[in-house]
Amino acid sequence: MSEMSALPGAVAGGLADISELGLQGMVTLKADLSAPETAAAVRAATGTAVPDRRRIIETETGAVAWMAPDELLILCAHDGADAMVTSLCNTLKGRHYLAVNVSDARAFFAIEGRGAREVLAKLAPVDLHPESFGPGEMRRTRLAQVPAAFWMTSGDSIRLICFRSVARYVFDCLAISARDGGEVGYF
Amino acid sequence: MLILTCPNCGLAADETELSPGGEAHLKRFGPGSEDADFEGYLFHRANPKGVHFERWRHAYGCGKWFLAARDTATLEVFGTYPAQTTEPPAEIITRIRARHPDWSPT
Repeated sequence: MSEMSALPGAVAGGLADISELGLQGMVTLKADLSAPETAAAVRAATGTAVPDRRRIIETETGAVAWMAPDELLILCAHDGADAMVTSLCNTLKGRHYLAVNVSDARAFFAIEGRGAREVLAKLAPVDLHPESFGPGEMRRTRLAQVPAAFWMTSGDSIRLICFRSVARYVFDCLAISARDGGEVGYF
Repeated sequence: MLILTCPNCGLAADETELSPGGEAHLKRFGPGSEDADFEGYLFHRANPKGVHFERWRHAYGCGKWFLAARDTATLEVFGTYPAQTTEPPAEIITRIRARHPDWSPT
């Protein structure tokens, strides 16, 4: 387990406030998402149901996000990720599944403020208009040249996950996109 | 810009989110097959100017494969369908025939 996140304390400002959010527990679960056993295991581990296609459900301790037809990402406390994996393994024992603690393979950012949608829209081929994209939807996509996933919290701020190895690249892209004077004014 | 709807996650994905996988509906000729069949499987592709069936992967999205029917000359997309399909679905054939009445699957 890493004791330090990718870019501890990194912040940037401008059209929106970019910040690295530190260590975040993340567990990947690959399984048959339509199976009642999977639903039961997810409920036992996180207290919520399996999210519908492309949805993310916030829980008391994190969130559960739909990543692919056979894959979920569970967000939890960083020091609780191993326990989460153990819980899933216990309830899914004997079935075809995979549960892995991927916390230290990722970096986690927040994009907040009035220009948050615009900062992201300049980097990803996604329609970020409020009528098309809002809280509750998980979007895996391309951010400039690397894969990333993001969603909006109920408070209209954006959370973004990328691979830890490209954390600096992603942070710099977001920071450049958020520079004052770069407004597009579309949203 | 080519935009294909991924049948796995339902998103209208931009071409830059996808990675191409070449011609779809190929029959594999593996060990023990005739040399000519194996050569055809490895190297010979239809490469038409017009209606084409292709494999695509939603590489930056859900990561899953799917199939698409489109026109290579006009970039018109006739539809996308699951990768677990051995031949083009009837509704896609109907849509192609509406645009190209004399087209026939080869």
